[in-house]
Amino acid sequence: MINITINGKVFQVEEGTTIFEAAKQNNILIPHFCYMENVHQIGSCRICVVEVEGGKTLMASCVTPATEGMIVHTNSERVRDVRKVIFELMLSDHPKECLSCWRNQNCELQELGNLIQLNEFRYEGAKSKDVIDSSSPSIVRDSSKCILCRRCVTVCNEIQGVGLMNPHHRGFSTFIGPSEDELLGESVCTNCGQCVLVCPVGALKEKDSTVAVWEALYDKTKTVVVQTAPAVRAALGEVFLYEPGTLVTGKMAAALHQLGFNYVFDTNFAADLTIMEEGSEFLERVKDVLTNKDKKSVLPMITSCSPGWIKFMEHRYAGQLPHLSSCKSPHMMLGALTKSYFAEKMNIDPAKLFVVSVMPCTAKKFEITRPEMFKDGLADVDAVITTRELGRMIKDAGIDFRNLPEGEFDSPLGLSTGAADIFGTTGGVMEAALRTVYELVTGRELPGGTLHIQPLAGLNRIKTASIKIGNPLPEYSFLDGVTVKVAVTSGLRGAAELLDQIKNGTSPYHFIEIMGCPGGCISGGGQPRPVNDAIRTQRMKAIYREDEGKPVRKSHENSDVMLLYRDFLGMPLGHKSHELLHTIYTSRSKN
Amino acid sequence: MGSVYQLKRVDFIFKDEKDWKVILKNSISRPAHELINELISSELKGRGGAGFPTGLKWKLTAEENDLVKYVICNADEGEPGTFKDREILSKVPLKVLTSMAVCGHVIRSNTGYIYLRGEYFFLQKDLNKAISEFEEYCREINFDFSIRIFMGSGAYICGEETALFESMEGKRGEPRNKPPFPSSYGYMGKPTVINNVETLAHTYTIFEYGAKRFYDLGVQYSRGSKLFSVSGDTPKPGIYELELGMSLFDFVEEFGDGDTKAVQVGGASGFLVPRKRFNETTIGFQGKLTGISLPTGGSMMLFNSSRSMYNVLDNYLEFFREESCGQCTPCRVGCQQLLNGIKAVKRGDKNAQYLDKLLRLTETMQNTAKCGLGQSVANSFSAIVENFREEMIY
Repeated sequence: MINITINGKVFQVEEGTTIFEAAKQNNILIPHFCYMENVHQIGSCRICVVEVEGGKTLMASCVTPATEGMIVHTNSERVRDVRKVIFELMLSDHPKECLSCWRNQNCELQELGNLIQLNEFRYEGAKSKDVIDSSSPSIVRDSSKCILCRRCVTVCNEIQGVGLMNPHHRGFSTFIGPSEDELLGESVCTNCGQCVLVCPVGALKEKDSTVAVWEALYDKTKTVVVQTAPAVRAALGEVFLYEPGTLVTGKMAAALHQLGFNYVFDTNFAADLTIMEEGSEFLERVKDVLTNKDKKSVLPMITSCSPGWIKFMEHRYAGQLPHLSSCKSPHMMLGALTKSYFAEKMNIDPAKLFVVSVMPCTAKKFEITRPEMFKDGLADVDAVITTRELGRMIKDAGIDFRNLPEGEFDSPLGLSTGAADIFGTTGGVMEAALRTVYELVTGRELPGGTLHIQPLAGLNRIKTASIKIGNPLPEYSFLDGVTVKVAVTSGLRGAAELLDQIKNGTSPYHFIEIMGCPGGCISGGGQPRPVNDAIRTQRMKAIYREDEGKPVRKSHENSDVMLLYRDFLGMPLGHKSHELLHTIYTSRSKN
Repeated sequence: MGSVYQLKRVDFIFKDEKDWKVILKNSISRPAHELINELISSELKGRGGAGFPTGLKWKLTAEENDLVKYVICNADEGEPGTFKDREILSKVPLKVLTSMAVCGHVIRSNTGYIYLRGEYFFLQKDLNKAISEFEEYCREINFDFSIRIFMGSGAYICGEETALFESMEGKRGEPRNKPPFPSSYGYMGKPTVINNVETLAHTYTIFEYGAKRFYDLGVQYSRGSKLFSVSGDTPKPGIYELELGMSLFDFVEEFGDGDTKAVQVGGASGFLVPRKRFNETTIGFQGKLTGISLPTGGSMMLFNSSRSMYNVLDNYLEFFREESCGQCTPCRVGCQQLLNGIKAVKRGDKNAQYLDKLLRLTETMQNTAKCGLGQSVANSFSAIVENFREEMIY
């Protein structure tokens, strides 16, 4: 422990603590901007400068370690003066169009203004180049609003390992983005949207789809169907100032009905269906690999629910594409079923159906544009809106969300089990799959009694588990004594690690779950801001609460899914399944 | 005013280097601490302009316990108005190479790099020849040290030592946060001595003639001699080795054209001294008790009365606006808005008091910019705006 004096008071802090952290631990707030705890500490904005006695210049508190005997002033005349000037400089290169900005009242620059209290703009002058790149179906980049905090650079490079967002040029001409002439929509961008999630201002945003959805809702000739992903219900509340981790499933369903959607379905239904298809695919592959001499299948099999991850793989690991499960992501399955099973059942012309997915994800906006996601010229899903966009629509419609009664999902694509809920968090798909696969193979429930596989939960980058199969049912005798090894990762850097193993032939796993965003869908690129590990943990807990509260917690026990197989699909991996629920992948590698 | 004074010319740096083999062999047979003490007692300070004591730099790096360390010669000579390192590398390269190897011996490193300014590509061939000759001799005497040239790509900021490391590591050339300092965390995160070309040439002198010969030159706190790149309105531009501690008045007597109104000491990031302060200004490092003592990387630009100081400042700001790495707000946006500001005043769009607001801005840059580039913009700006205010307005 070392002693540091801040604003006249002596505090003891751990050695290695930065001045900023030391102050924070002792309830002294230092205004800051580019800083993101444990993620992004580069001292570029200089808002958090403090006066350290004996120092020639002021120091950026977020990157300067506290040292024994250091005397710090966070609010001296010198500090407050320069802080105002720096903030003015930031604003001098920022369009002040707050009222028409999508980040109005949810903007860190505005928050900072609330702290720093400017009463004049002394430095007006040049503005950075104004480039709006809307080439991507997922993300829009507006360089005029960028204040070069470089958070997006850190997440794109260090967290996701995609390395697309970078500073270019020098001096005042510096801009952040893909290299000079490259458009986001034509780049290796995975559309994960983690950059959008950390952008403190309106420089990076999701491509808005609310206009298309409003139009569909107003179009009397259309039957508009909406579905919601598992992670949305664990975060939408935050838009309406609920504590992180508050589940708002019922209010969400009610709000969607009030918005005018004709049918409110649940992507969770398709998550259960995914388990049936993906679990069966896994068992087929394992059987082929273990028993067939000229086997065609490869292991490990990798989950395919996360379109950001899929695109990353198509760019970077095209040679490993056969490892991907052929299952479409759950909302695509549900879209396809809406326009076939449901349309048939309700006797609606599929061309008159408009399917909207509410997703925690920006990559899903890209996913619905993939040519594989169309059938007979009709898109499986017509529009994707993020959790944030749904929040905006609810506000725009004047719905008093907090005082809504609890609503419900509609039949026949609305029922789900606890296994589907946990799709929203890292480790969830794997746990859900193993609940079903283990029981299919052995006729017994997963051992342990809780149905959870503890090592697969949590925020560690790579999580692994092994399950030994003993005493299987006769048809799975080839699995007797086999230890099934699984791995789970979220965030693309972890994905790259696991894929490198596969590439090198050193992967010990049979089954891998990969989600593109760190923490899984709960902190997807379309979720409410801010996101940090504390909020991730709260949302994750909410997801597990939802699972544990369900009467049925195993996908193969979802009665509506069983009905679907009986009445329409036949059996998992059957002909109809292949036609509607499975897909193919395309190499995007330039080599 | 002034006195009859001869500038003390010195001739160490460009004195022939024919004894380099002897000096190398003798130096590496001496224990590290002895060499460090020699440097410390010479009071040699870094000749790139910042003036950090060279002996201490070597000592701190020698004390690090890492098995891998580096010696880097900073030859990214980019400060406007300096051209002395180019001359050293073309005339006496073996002095620099010898000093790098001795440094390697002192800090226990077998790898040296010369970070060569991109525009100096024409030096590369001859320098590589010198390196081959040097390395061959090292092999002969069984001394393990190799030197490679790393070509810069033309960014001024890469002369800043930590930006230089980033550049060498294949990253965008941008300054790091300090601490940690290069002595513990330099190139590739390893303890690194990084010295300016001229500093290494001086250490050669010290190893050749001993610390005392060096120490006896100059004045207190500013020992030894220094190369000056003299340019601008002078009848005799060129490179001169002079004892430190001279007064600017005497310098102008020697090099001025009789009409000198200001001298830019230390290049664009240095200090502008108006005529009325020539007498009280000396050239050296801080610590002198009377008057102002200005450090310099060696650039001395003279301006006579035909020059518009507005144009001079405009030119500097254009330069900084472009050469700022673009990372920290004060420097990236500050340089640009300063430039806009003086233009607005000149045009009459802003009144003269706006200059005072701009001075506040430069104070902020001085106090908060991440590295020396942004911090030093205030030096010339305030000197020009305060001393040539009328030229800024009319």
